[in-house]
Amino acid sequence: MKLSGELSTLRDEVRLYAKGYNLDFYEVIFELIDFNEMNEVAAYGGFPTRYPHWRFGMDYDYLAKGQRYGLQKIYELVINNDPCYAYLLKANSYTDQKLVMAHVYGHSDFFKNNQWFTHTDRRMIDRMANHASRIRRYADQYGFDVVENFIDHILSIEDHIDVTSPSRRVASLKFREHGEKDLLLYFLEKAPLEPWQQDILWIIREECFYFAPQRQTKIMNEGWASYWHSKILTEKALENSEVIDYADNHSSAVVQHPQSINPYKIGIELYKDIEERWNKKEPSQVNLGMHKIFEVRKTHNDITFLDTFLTEEFCERNQLFVYNYNPRTGNYEITSRKFEDVKEKLLFSLTNLGVPFIYVQDDNYDGRNELFLKHDHQGIDLDVRQAFAVLENIHFLWQKPIHLSTLVNGQRKLLSFDGSEQKERNV
Amino acid sequence: MRKIESDYGRFKSIIKGKIKQNLRKYITKGSLTAQTEKSKISVPLPRISIPKFTYNNKQMGGVGTGPGETGTEIAQGDAMKVGKGKAGNTPADHSLEVDVSIEELAKMLGEELELPKIKPKGSGFVLSRHNKYSSVHMQGPESLKHFKRTFNEALKREIAAGTYDPDNPIILPVKRDKRYKSWKITEKPEHNAVIIYQMDVSGSMGDEQKEIVRTEAFWIDTWLRSQYNSIERRYIIHDAAAKEVDEEAFYKTRESGGTLISSAYKLCHQIIDNEYSSQNWNVYVFHFSDGDNWSGEDTKHCLDILRYRMLCKVNLFCYGQVESRYGSGQFIKDLEDYFRDTDNLVTSRIESKEAIYTSIKEFLGKGK
Repeated sequence: MKLSGELSTLRDEVRLYAKGYNLDFYEVIFELIDFNEMNEVAAYGGFPTRYPHWRFGMDYDYLAKGQRYGLQKIYELVINNDPCYAYLLKANSYTDQKLVMAHVYGHSDFFKNNQWFTHTDRRMIDRMANHASRIRRYADQYGFDVVENFIDHILSIEDHIDVTSPSRRVASLKFREHGEKDLLLYFLEKAPLEPWQQDILWIIREECFYFAPQRQTKIMNEGWASYWHSKILTEKALENSEVIDYADNHSSAVVQHPQSINPYKIGIELYKDIEERWNKKEPSQVNLGMHKIFEVRKTHNDITFLDTFLTEEFCERNQLFVYNYNPRTGNYEITSRKFEDVKEKLLFSLTNLGVPFIYVQDDNYDGRNELFLKHDHQGIDLDVRQAFAVLENIHFLWQKPIHLSTLVNGQRKLLSFDGSEQKERNV
Repeated sequence: MRKIESDYGRFKSIIKGKIKQNLRKYITKGSLTAQTEKSKISVPLPRISIPKFTYNNKQMGGVGTGPGETGTEIAQGDAMKVGKGKAGNTPADHSLEVDVSIEELAKMLGEELELPKIKPKGSGFVLSRHNKYSSVHMQGPESLKHFKRTFNEALKREIAAGTYDPDNPIILPVKRDKRYKSWKITEKPEHNAVIIYQMDVSGSMGDEQKEIVRTEAFWIDTWLRSQYNSIERRYIIHDAAAKEVDEEAFYKTRESGGTLISSAYKLCHQIIDNEYSSQNWNVYVFHFSDGDNWSGEDTKHCLDILRYRMLCKVNLFCYGQVESRYGSGQFIKDLEDYFRDTDNLVTSRIESKEAIYTSIKEFLGKGK
């Protein structure tokens, strides 16, 4: 349902405020939807026309249950597209809608201006629909179960694209000394696949490249949107009678949890911190801080953002700490509040989207066309059980034995799957 | 239908497949049996998410926020969710606790064990009355007001009277606009069943044996409940003497005396005669013992009760013999010899937990 009546007036008002602050966004088309529709759209990653797959049903179940038990509620969902699409929950109060609209304009500005989004397809809504119809066609032709089963296997390695060079989306394989990191591309070109399988693999890779920047800039993007909803509402849009509702909603978005960092909170605080620091640098120059954060939102991603601007004072003020598993007590415990430790752990958890580095090194291992993968160990072991399960899925694609070299507790190991048996041996 | 419904349906059927795959494990484990009183059962399922290369969670740790000294515990070992520390960009680990209704579980059990459907006897002699809200009246309590109908009536009246203003669409119902939901009483035939469990609680029956009985009884309940409108359950324990107890005492009581199986059969027969006429009731009798009876003479007595008095009144008599170190296990042989051709008497040896699965099939596989 499109906006009408007082909500469309409200949209025009919020849009003007956003313009007034020099936000430069794709125009936003708002749709009002109910809880069920919201959970559905969210399960499809924002694209109601997406291809059919059971995991969307699983995510839907998870979201619907979470909402029913009051654990979570999605107020808004926004799609990186030109024009930008934003879904608002029908049941939001008027004040909530105000906040959410301002938040959405923040996201839209970020999508349009942040450089990591440059290579994303701004007609993704159409493209997703096209993907879905292709996959449906294959399902009609080869059987739904066959196609879905194939997708299951591909998804096991969907995280393994090269996010640091988005331009490789359309490139082909070249020899690389350290091995190939884009496993999807590798299988696309080298695995013994049917044309329809290659097409599905291509589709899934395309979608991964589309979503990758959102994963790379979660903190920056949410922080930016939160910064702007807070600024627009408190400086312009809020009526006196709405202050308490606004504060209630805003504080629940930026609440802190002991077991994780809240990207909304860390993001908004860091932007505010940068603004303040730059304003203090040259008190004679007005708006230096504001200029700075606009520039930051253009060029950085979460890793460079934290690497460049995280300070010791900031960590202390926001009570950041590192926790680790203590095998003696069997619990997770706070292990350090040192700035260097916090920063290192944060950056590590964001590096490569939090996914271990896996490279294809040889596709003629032992001279028998067996695939040799290498885990670039950076201090943390793999979950070996999961790794074997992935090897089994890769075997389905490669149809020859798969080997993975990794370190387990400091010992170099070769994990192998030959189609029937999992083997683990020291090297 | 919304698009997500079909994906959700696929997910559900994957789950069902998983439950079925693991049904044998659930049956023998007995971990579900503690939840008998609920209409839904939580079944723990192995993850069905897609495997990915991930870090070893125990080595990974993460960054959190809040107060606390070094060494402060922030989560217990298994409570930590995978991916939570990664700035929230991976969805939380979906470890699955799936709610399955008893009916669904029974259906799966039926399919998995290929249990035939039971044809109830008694042809629905007992009628039960249900209230069904199927009509609308002009009078009634406010709590049963039918809002939509009332609104429609009021709207009709206002339009007819020319007082309806589309720009200010306020409708005020008056008394004669009001409509109320009302019910009709319907009568439905019911098939009732009673299950009478008997167990030997003499010294030779240990905890392990009782656990087997409990698990087996749970699945028998589940299946029979899916086949009848209502089920009553009665429990009899016996050593040298028999008495009727409630469910809890049934599994907890332990006596040290000898064993006279006939005492239980007499009591059981008495209960059937007094309360469950075979015209109206489908009667199921189960007896679990280690097969050690006091004397051959008592066994003879048991066989007579069964043959001349009990078997003609029950749908099914099942004897399950659990293995015990002390028992001679003679009773089941006597039963088998004596009732070789009897249709509604079933015996089964349950040597271990693993045997529960086949034993259920033996008991219920006749479709009685």
